[in-house]
Amino acid sequence: MAKQITIDAKGVHYTPLNQQIRKAIDDGADEIVINNVLGQRFIGNGLRGNAVIRVNGVAGGDLAMFMSGPTVIVHGNAEHAPGNTMDSGKVVIHGSAGDAVAHSMRGGKVFVRGDIGYRGGIHMKQYEDQRPILVVGGSAQTFLGEYMAGGLLLVLALDGVMNAREIGSGIHGGEIVIRGNVDESRLAAGAKKMPLTDEDRARIAPVIREFAADFELDAEPLVNADYTRIVPASARPFAGKYTWE
Amino acid sequence: MNSNIGSMPLRYRITIDREQCMECGRCVENCSYGVFRWDGDRILINSRNCTACHRCLTYCPRDAIMLEEHPCDYRSHPVWTRQVRESIYNQARTGKIILAGMGSVADLPIIFDHLMLDACQVTTPPTDPLREPVELRTYLGKKPSKLDIVRKPDGDIELSTKLTPNLMLETPIMLGHMSYGAISLNAQLAMARAAKETGTYMGTGEGGLHTDLYPYQDRMIVQIASGRFGVNVDYLERGAAIELKLGQGAKPGIGGHLPGEKVSAHVSRTRMIPEGSDAISPAPHHDVYGIEDLPQLVNSVKEATGWKKPVFAKIAAVNNNAENVAAIARSGVDAVAIDGFRGGTGAAPRVFRDHVGIPIEVAIATADKELRKQGLRNEVSLIACGSIRESADVAKAIALGADAVYIGTAALVAMGCRVCGNCYQGVCSWGIATQRPNLVARLDPDVASKQVANLIHAWTLEITELMGAAGINSIESLRGNRDRLRGYMLDEGLLEILDVKSVGA
Repeated sequence: MAKQITIDAKGVHYTPLNQQIRKAIDDGADEIVINNVLGQRFIGNGLRGNAVIRVNGVAGGDLAMFMSGPTVIVHGNAEHAPGNTMDSGKVVIHGSAGDAVAHSMRGGKVFVRGDIGYRGGIHMKQYEDQRPILVVGGSAQTFLGEYMAGGLLLVLALDGVMNAREIGSGIHGGEIVIRGNVDESRLAAGAKKMPLTDEDRARIAPVIREFAADFELDAEPLVNADYTRIVPASARPFAGKYTWE
Repeated sequence: MNSNIGSMPLRYRITIDREQCMECGRCVENCSYGVFRWDGDRILINSRNCTACHRCLTYCPRDAIMLEEHPCDYRSHPVWTRQVRESIYNQARTGKIILAGMGSVADLPIIFDHLMLDACQVTTPPTDPLREPVELRTYLGKKPSKLDIVRKPDGDIELSTKLTPNLMLETPIMLGHMSYGAISLNAQLAMARAAKETGTYMGTGEGGLHTDLYPYQDRMIVQIASGRFGVNVDYLERGAAIELKLGQGAKPGIGGHLPGEKVSAHVSRTRMIPEGSDAISPAPHHDVYGIEDLPQLVNSVKEATGWKKPVFAKIAAVNNNAENVAAIARSGVDAVAIDGFRGGTGAAPRVFRDHVGIPIEVAIATADKELRKQGLRNEVSLIACGSIRESADVAKAIALGADAVYIGTAALVAMGCRVCGNCYQGVCSWGIATQRPNLVARLDPDVASKQVANLIHAWTLEITELMGAAGINSIESLRGNRDRLRGYMLDEGLLEILDVKSVGA
């Protein structure tokens, strides 16, 4: 039987709150429900294991930073950099999130139903079987996928126009897939557009279906929609800049 | 090469005294830059490949090899120096930014060399360290601004102030951050063993922590830089302390870049990036876009590690250094490492290395002064780094306000490095700045660790003697004690900045 522990975060500072979460995991909780969250930072920070943490309210900055395993589901918005330097596990945000979402994320998934701020997916990187995935339901702002070194960044633009410009500046690995056409002028130097092949579509389809299931959306129209795939123009964006003494 | 510039005059010329040479071929075997080769039974020389690494000279059993720098003169000119002209030729040909290895080569005055240490004579007698203890043990981290004590019913007293974690060093000399990737595993292993033996700590640099270093993890300061390479919660938990690298003295304001050629299978595993891919560290941490964001990163790291480890921040010494340090001191950081403009590097743009930043002597003195002025000195320890060359530099840095120092190049030199500045070529003949297995194997970590430990031990002894001579029996009494320094041939403005009197005063 799954063990559920409920924590009331009302008026609680993030350090004691995180201590309560850690204690709940040590006590064998499979599911931790945190109510009345109002901007407490660092929830799920550095946590291991496979518990599910439900955050009811607005999560503060660096949600699930360095996290390795658990699933965090936020029924609300999240502030700056959820999934920062995250190793594995999953973050599901039913609202929108701030800047630098999934910054330097190394593995696992971050799903945001709403919009994200600037520099989404910045410097995401992959290694062997660790391949981070960021999916945004709404829009993303400028410098999307900056310095991206690996993984998949998918923007579904479900709520209308996608705002990002300077997409993929300094990208040297991974792929950015955006629903609909993205004008060349929105790409930064170092990024290039590629057609989405059937193989690519087959690869992203399970991700779209998982996202759709999490947010109760109809998956198939999204799976079959038109996408723009953006990849590095070169794996060595700075190679031509330097000479030796 | 489409230019009319042709080849540059030789930088070095290697000659073999053929009467001495016994054609043993050790030079051919040892040179990793391709200067020597066999032609039948004769050794031929290509001086153009020489980097002055001295490996051939060191291993020549007959002292038959000689090296000459700049064997060919240009017309001498005080403005249009050789370096200026050769840089122009290079950039006229390539149109690119010039990268160079190791620290600044700018011929600027070194303030340490214009600071003299004090000693006792008749009015107060010196201390003899052989007879009386001179205490060098150093604690890095926050110190409480006051201590609260509770008296228990049985009359005993107990400290009720909650202390924050500190690092305990047996000597104020630490081994600075040089990453696996920039240097070899054997070089890191040698330093780790030396740190353990001498009771100090070493930095991992931004390259993650190789599994072979796990046995020394309680002596490692693990670094988080803007690329976040090799950083996960396991890495953070292994370190004795965690350092946020915000800047580097050799290249203030810019990021770093490990070229794909250096990302070998092992380096790739430690950095957690694909083999052969470029490892790009952006200029800023992209979750720190202002000083308001720094506490979030600091607290995030502390939260992830249960507030059990000190968190350091490293910055390059720049104009508003004092303000930077004071701001960092308010961010929750436990120690600030300041890297002066002579700090080392595997590779940096020459224009940054030689022209950006301020000297470490000034940076430490102004940081210490500003922290005291703002009542923050207990909040952070100060670590001086960037060209600490000898024990006197350590003593002077501490007298200017540092708690401890990081040494980098000095430790490499202790392992055989000749400061040839060709680290970026990746074929270091000493097995230090290379990942090639045959070259790495040249550096025996047991031998090299002894040499590094010897250096730390020797400097520690010298500092003890210097302190004894000055009648100072504990490092706390030397720290920030500018009265034990005098400036020799320093101008009035600089003396005022350093808060040091002139010789004779």
